[in-house]
Amino acid sequence: MTETIQNSVISVLIENESGALARVVGLFSGRGYNIESLTVALVDAERSLSRITVLTSGTPQVIEQIKAQLKRLIPVHAVCDLTEEGPYVGRELALVKVVSRGESRTEGLRIADSFRARPVDTTATSFVFELTGSPSKIDAFIELMRPLGLAEVSRTGIAAIGRGPSVFHVNEEHV
Amino acid sequence: MTASAERDATTGNEALNGAEVLLRVLDEQGVEVVFGYPGGAVLPIYDALFKQDRIRHILVRHEQAAVHAAEAYARSTGKVGVVLVTSGPGATNAVTGLVDALMDSIPLVCLTGQVPTKLIGNDAFQEADTTGITRPATKHNYLVRTPGALAQTVREAFEVARSGRPGPVLVDLPKDITVGQAPLTAPAMSRLKRFRRQGGPDAEAIARTVQAMKTAKRPLFYTGGGIINSGPEASELLRRLARKTGFPVTSTLMGLGAFPSPDPQFLGMLGMHGSVEANMATHGCDLLIALGARFDDRVTGRVDAFSPNSFKVHADIDPSQINKIIRVDVRLEGDVRDTLQALLDAWDDTPAPDLSTWWNQIASWRSVDGFGFTQDMTPSAVIRPQHAVRRLYEMAMETGRDTFVSTEVGQHQMWAAQHFQFAKPNRWLTSGGLGTMGYGLPAAVGAQVAHPDALVIDIAGEASTLMNIQELGTIAQYRLPVKIFILNNQYMGMVRQWQELLHGSRYSQSYSEALPDFVKLAEAFQATGMRATCVGELDDVIRRMLEHDGPVIADICVAENENCYPMIPSGAAHNQMLLGPDQDSAAAGLTEEGMMLV
Repeated sequence: MTETIQNSVISVLIENESGALARVVGLFSGRGYNIESLTVALVDAERSLSRITVLTSGTPQVIEQIKAQLKRLIPVHAVCDLTEEGPYVGRELALVKVVSRGESRTEGLRIADSFRARPVDTTATSFVFELTGSPSKIDAFIELMRPLGLAEVSRTGIAAIGRGPSVFHVNEEHV
Repeated sequence: MTASAERDATTGNEALNGAEVLLRVLDEQGVEVVFGYPGGAVLPIYDALFKQDRIRHILVRHEQAAVHAAEAYARSTGKVGVVLVTSGPGATNAVTGLVDALMDSIPLVCLTGQVPTKLIGNDAFQEADTTGITRPATKHNYLVRTPGALAQTVREAFEVARSGRPGPVLVDLPKDITVGQAPLTAPAMSRLKRFRRQGGPDAEAIARTVQAMKTAKRPLFYTGGGIINSGPEASELLRRLARKTGFPVTSTLMGLGAFPSPDPQFLGMLGMHGSVEANMATHGCDLLIALGARFDDRVTGRVDAFSPNSFKVHADIDPSQINKIIRVDVRLEGDVRDTLQALLDAWDDTPAPDLSTWWNQIASWRSVDGFGFTQDMTPSAVIRPQHAVRRLYEMAMETGRDTFVSTEVGQHQMWAAQHFQFAKPNRWLTSGGLGTMGYGLPAAVGAQVAHPDALVIDIAGEASTLMNIQELGTIAQYRLPVKIFILNNQYMGMVRQWQELLHGSRYSQSYSEALPDFVKLAEAFQATGMRATCVGELDDVIRRMLEHDGPVIADICVAENENCYPMIPSGAAHNQMLLGPDQDSAAAGLTEEGMMLV
């Protein structure tokens, strides 16, 4: 059995009820699984379903356990391992505050432009850039901003969805 | 149930408060007994209990004991055990029992009081974040926020508790919900359909299993508590499959009784304190079929050396258990009863294969008699604990009564598992996964409440039993004829054993200093106390204990330094068992040469 640590992006459709997120987070911490990032938001108001995207890592056996354990939770309707199911799109949004003057300020603006990062707040001494992309793109942007007055970062963690026409949803009969 | 004469002004339905609705739903779910302890937040429920006579309430002396009693009630009847405790300390005291039930897959519904919804989050008197605290301690939990959700939430709690892999479910009930009017809503469609397995066991997996069974030279059934949870029918099917195939059977601690222990096809319990033949067969088999067992570390020992040369099949109702610890070749998801039926159907009339070589090998391991011991029968001789359990078993069987045995946790528990034999399921009540000292006495209460005419024995250690000794009050109140059989070695025996073997005999804090006089303690609680200090007194004490129609504490003073063997040290493999001084390791075939055989 291979012991390689792999990254996995797992999507979970879960009832939008009090404590539901705590059950998922508690499962990860209680069993010693990693959470690299986690996002959650209501995606289906009519059926009161939230979608959690969790980026985790572990051996194949651990990843299999994570999915099996998630499926045991009563409010969980469906679990999908996007990494295993096929190609997917994973995007993260970051807000990056840079405080600088003079040459650094111009250079920062120039790099932001090449990353298609948009200034969403501007003062004489600061910018807040909005940037979306893969986590590695955001990492690269932050590294470039570091010497140019990087002051604060807020990141969402990735939201992900499978490519192509196949759809991850819950079995209608079971809602 | 007394009907309230009042009617709801708008609907014309009977006006019920939340507490009354709760009791109606419990009744509808077939609940006959509730184990509990009152307090401020559950007073409305206790008031409703007072006004009815369909549901019996057993007043325990500590909330932990309520849960253990309900666990034993559930384990010995196959029903869901029900607990009722108050908010705050009532709920936190119940937590140990809930985790115990979670680890051993025992169906429970625990009803906890909560401060009124308006006060939640205000650090109110006796407020605790009960659902937060018990989230990892239960299979699922609920906080009822509106009167309209009450009835359906309680119904769903029962469904969750008993369905799939059973477990404890907690329902937190704010006081305003139980005081105020609530609708007795009609049962709604279950929203848990997605947890129900569609169809029977996977046909291809069954076929692969049966194919492996037909060609195996050294097969073994490894059975667990899942067979007990699946119901007596699963035990019956296991017996039939074992007969048809002629395969040997070993069991986990939790599975004892699913297959009759006196049967020659039974190898005894496996694992840390399992039998030589069970552990050697597990190590040496070429086909291991796990049925409702979960490869606990006390069973596997060193994982990478566990049953190294076998084709492995794992049948479990909980898919997350499969491949959790041990990689298997075939997975059989589903209720083990259905799996056993499918295996029987697929095996059909195939004659039992010739396994004589395998059985001869097993016989040579069995001849080591790893549980064997020599008792000096001089009347003044010190009683060996194994002898005490064996005599208890023999004399209990002579009574011909249906016998239930609970245990605390430690050496006495292992000796009970090794030396007390069980012919039927649901008769063995022990804390396996969590290993909760103090389980046995309240468990005996629960079993005796469920089976008033049965013989119920708590095989105890003097240290464990003190952890819930207050339950002697419950036993006295309900005149429960429970027999508390204390193997008193004046030590936390298992701690002492590990300290001797692993910590240079430094007996740090494991001596039971200042023990009570158990005979006087029994009398203080209106029970009968008796004591055996030497082997010449043992049989007489057991006889008197079994004949007495009330509760008894039998203080059996046993050898202080006895160790429980065989023992697989933590992190060792099954073929690295330590045998006791009564066994000859060389004869056990546990030498390197013997290892070559497996």
